[in-house]
Amino acid sequence: MFLETVRLALRSVRRNVLRSFLTLLGIVIGVAAVIAMITIGSGTTEKVKNDISKLGSNLLVVRAARPDRSGSTSFTPRQLDDKDVAGLVKGLDNVNAVSAASQKTVRVVYGAENVAAEVTGTDTEYFVARDWDVAEGRLFTESEVRGGTNVCVIGETVRQQFFGAGDPDGLSIRVNRMSCKVIGVLQTKGFSGFGQDQDNVVMMPLLTYQRRIAGDRDIDTIYVAARDGVSTSLVQQNIETIMRETRRIAPDGEDNFSVRDMTQIADAMTSATTTMTGMLGAVAGVSLLVGGIGIMNIMLVSVTERTREIGIRLAIGAHEKHILIQFLVEATVLSLLGGLIGIALGLGLAGAAAYSLSIPFAPSIAIILLAVGFSALIGMVFGFFPALRGARLNPIDALRHE
Amino acid sequence: MPDSPLLGFRNVWKTYGRGEAKVHALAGVDLAIAKGEFVAIMGPSGSGKSTAMNIIGCLDTPTAGVYSFQGIDAGRLDRTRRAVLRNLYIGFVFQGYNLLARTTAAENVELPLIYRGVPAHERRSRAMEALEQVGLAGREHHTPGELSGGQQQRVAIARAIVTKPALLVADEPTGNLDTARSHEIMDLLTELNSELGLTVVMVTHEADIAAYAQRTIGFLDGDVASDTSSLEAA
Repeated sequence: MFLETVRLALRSVRRNVLRSFLTLLGIVIGVAAVIAMITIGSGTTEKVKNDISKLGSNLLVVRAARPDRSGSTSFTPRQLDDKDVAGLVKGLDNVNAVSAASQKTVRVVYGAENVAAEVTGTDTEYFVARDWDVAEGRLFTESEVRGGTNVCVIGETVRQQFFGAGDPDGLSIRVNRMSCKVIGVLQTKGFSGFGQDQDNVVMMPLLTYQRRIAGDRDIDTIYVAARDGVSTSLVQQNIETIMRETRRIAPDGEDNFSVRDMTQIADAMTSATTTMTGMLGAVAGVSLLVGGIGIMNIMLVSVTERTREIGIRLAIGAHEKHILIQFLVEATVLSLLGGLIGIALGLGLAGAAAYSLSIPFAPSIAIILLAVGFSALIGMVFGFFPALRGARLNPIDALRHE
Repeated sequence: MPDSPLLGFRNVWKTYGRGEAKVHALAGVDLAIAKGEFVAIMGPSGSGKSTAMNIIGCLDTPTAGVYSFQGIDAGRLDRTRRAVLRNLYIGFVFQGYNLLARTTAAENVELPLIYRGVPAHERRSRAMEALEQVGLAGREHHTPGELSGGQQQRVAIARAIVTKPALLVADEPTGNLDTARSHEIMDLLTELNSELGLTVVMVTHEADIAAYAQRTIGFLDGDVASDTSSLEAA
């Protein structure tokens, strides 16, 4: 009997292919949006987590606190400089590396080609802290860092752009009108959680960067890698103490710097994606509601069109509940079909996005099942009123209906 | 034969509207139809014959009075119970055939059995049997659109008898058919009546169609005006 009803519903959907399809569109779009958003969102989160674990969960990041835009800042703004670095190097134990880095996006030129790349000035410790090495050539040395030599290590993207598959070793590129000898190519890192190409980079000694690119002695970031098994929060406290000493901040004064470990940064990044996913989910929810109303509308039309059929069925012994179930199943089948198409479309979109943003494709079975259930529920809820209207028809009037 | 009544009206009233607009479609009708009878109901439009038909078919209930069907006070039953009664004991044939479009003859005939919860294979064999009875063997896969009016009405009759009902209610069954087709359908109904002992109650306003019945009841202004038996006349 139930299978019979489902078959009947499918047949009725098939009879009006175009109309059924248009009715489904709302549900399709809603479900596709939800599935795509959540799949992309969880892929991004996963990517961020992967990146963080690649960076090492033992990494701490020190930055200068930014002054408030309104100017009502309660601390004295001050950039990081080499005194801060020296203080940390001297004062910290239980750490693997303390590294200073500054960076900005600069136009890099080789021959007729030019590209905007992230140019970083740093020291040898940086590659220890970030667990990064060259794929070809070599990294710059301590003496090159101290001397501010014009050498650089480039990322894979920059190499591709300028040299194709060729070997760039010993050739010079121009960074901000400064000529710089390429000594190595870094291992590829791919895109970061926010779609930033981590291979579109040029690394050079910090002093070189400060003199020739930035034109100041500021340091943007100090990376501290805690030794394995050492609590990062303990190291974080130590850094804060040392920094306050170095910077001579009064006991009641506020920090003019920030220290965060990677898990805190990861949390901040993923919470941003979660908020985005939530908001887009709400928009998709509205689309589902509209889709539901579309189903209700078309079911009302269907009931009116088939009044005579309802009359026949009632006359030959169908009960109210039979008619109710028939139309309810029809609405549910319709909206379930929309849900399934939506899921396929959403997964397709998420797959394409995952491919082009090179984030993991992370479909969730739970979310897919939820979408199936939810679209069925929409059919039932919005199909109920039209179905009830059909079931309550008087068979005599229904039979007389033209 | 009249000693075993199938259905009876006792002072049945059916009133529509209220106050000044009150209309009595039926005004105190008394009537009895026995098992195995073939009855034609005639009368001008507005005479109450259709209302009487609807009550006989348990589609409608009287405003006052008693309608008993197979000894049951059918006029007091609720919608669902009347639906059960229709499904078990009554077959319907309409003027406009009322088959489901784009649905095969066999599936149309199976329909009442679906609501009775008969399993699929048994439904199919009973539908085939009924189609054979009405002379449509081999047409079971045709949809109404592929059948002539006479054939469609035969499908409708097959659908009405597939449940082996006690009563066949026919509302102007030949109204949409030409003379030759009309007589074929009437021959079929007569055959079902005489061979299966199926009680047939038929509304018509054509005298030659009514002539197939053994008994003709004439309605006028909401009451029975004449009740003649062709057997008595003969």
